[in-house]
Amino acid sequence: MEALTDRSVLYALTGAGLIALGFYGFIVRRALIHRLIAFNVIGSGIFLLFGGAAYFGGGVDPVPQALIITGIVVALALTAFAAALGVRLAQDGDEDDDSDDDAEGGP
Amino acid sequence: MSLAFDLALCILILGAAALAVFGRDLFGSIVFFIVYGVLIALAWITLGAVDVSLAEAAIGAGVTGVLLIGAWQGIRDGGGGEPEAPTPWPLHLAAGGAAAALCGVISFAVLSLPGHDGLAGEVPENQGALELGNPVTGVLLGFRAYDTLLETLVLTAALAAVWSLTPSQFWGGIPGPNHVKPPDGVLASFGRMLPPRGLIVAVYLVWAGADAPGGAFQAGTVLAAVWILIVLAGLRDEPRLSRLPLRALIILGPLVFLGVGLIGMLLGAPLSYPEGQAKPVILVIEYALTLSIAATLALLIAGPARRR
Repeated sequence: MEALTDRSVLYALTGAGLIALGFYGFIVRRALIHRLIAFNVIGSGIFLLFGGAAYFGGGVDPVPQALIITGIVVALALTAFAAALGVRLAQDGDEDDDSDDDAEGGP
Repeated sequence: MSLAFDLALCILILGAAALAVFGRDLFGSIVFFIVYGVLIALAWITLGAVDVSLAEAAIGAGVTGVLLIGAWQGIRDGGGGEPEAPTPWPLHLAAGGAAAALCGVISFAVLSLPGHDGLAGEVPENQGALELGNPVTGVLLGFRAYDTLLETLVLTAALAAVWSLTPSQFWGGIPGPNHVKPPDGVLASFGRMLPPRGLIVAVYLVWAGADAPGGAFQAGTVLAAVWILIVLAGLRDEPRLSRLPLRALIILGPLVFLGVGLIGMLLGAPLSYPEGQAKPVILVIEYALTLSIAATLALLIAGPARRR
């Protein structure tokens, strides 16, 4: 078996770089938005690593492609929930804990 | 395409990611994140993965970008946007060391990977049974349809989680701010002009998704964009979240998908398609999913109810 093609390695290594960059940013940045961006950079870095490694000259293996599309949607679901949590936290922060919190609870 | 182009693109991607993660200004960071998403989409095109590219451009750059801008505004309005405290330098050092080690280990793993063809040969061989020309759709709705079913449920669960953050006095109310715009403004004209075209693009993307790049997720995102545009232009307000037809729309796709799986159980094997009828069944699932995904994405962006 021969090694991966040049392009495959290039994109997989870019993915590795993105994962490291996002990881570093996730730890050192404090603002929620920055952390969400760093989380998404880690995510797309993983996808690029995955897709790059599955590249074989004629295109990317369809099975990883489908898994990556699934991953993009799941990352979005998590980002949406984290963003909503952050907004709620900011709104409640200046109301100093009044009683309307969760009398009825969620769905 | 030449390797020089790939190299330039990769450098641009890393640069845009660094500007997005380490930018001083939050809004600027979000803008760079959207640029980053578009560059990643370009990388997927050069790799020949057009389906992933569409999903990344629409969901990774578009919807996530809009969501982050909404969160940025919501946090600022809530009084949470004060400047961040500087991180102590030992933390920088430790995080930098860990990140470098992570990058090193992954790079080592990549360089020691053997060449392969993966499942790229198997998929086209078996895809005849599904009568689909697009191998990615074949994997998403055929070979690994179970993943896709759970993924749509994850999206629905995320919406339920977002709704659970509703302050109790607004439960079941209307999400988002009230966008009142002059009826003859530029945005309102766009709001009238673009939706019909968006609808056509969405229908085409689902229909073409069977044999060419496209599919339920990409089309659902286009429909969600149409929805958001209409709301932003002030032509229609967001719907009341307690409305039954809205809830039915959200759950329609996962229910149809799950229903097909259960019918498969009666016909022999659970989570399978009836033999010879795979393509029509897959198309029904895709159209139902498109509607549900559109509603779910648009409501995820709108967030929990804020008005009665």
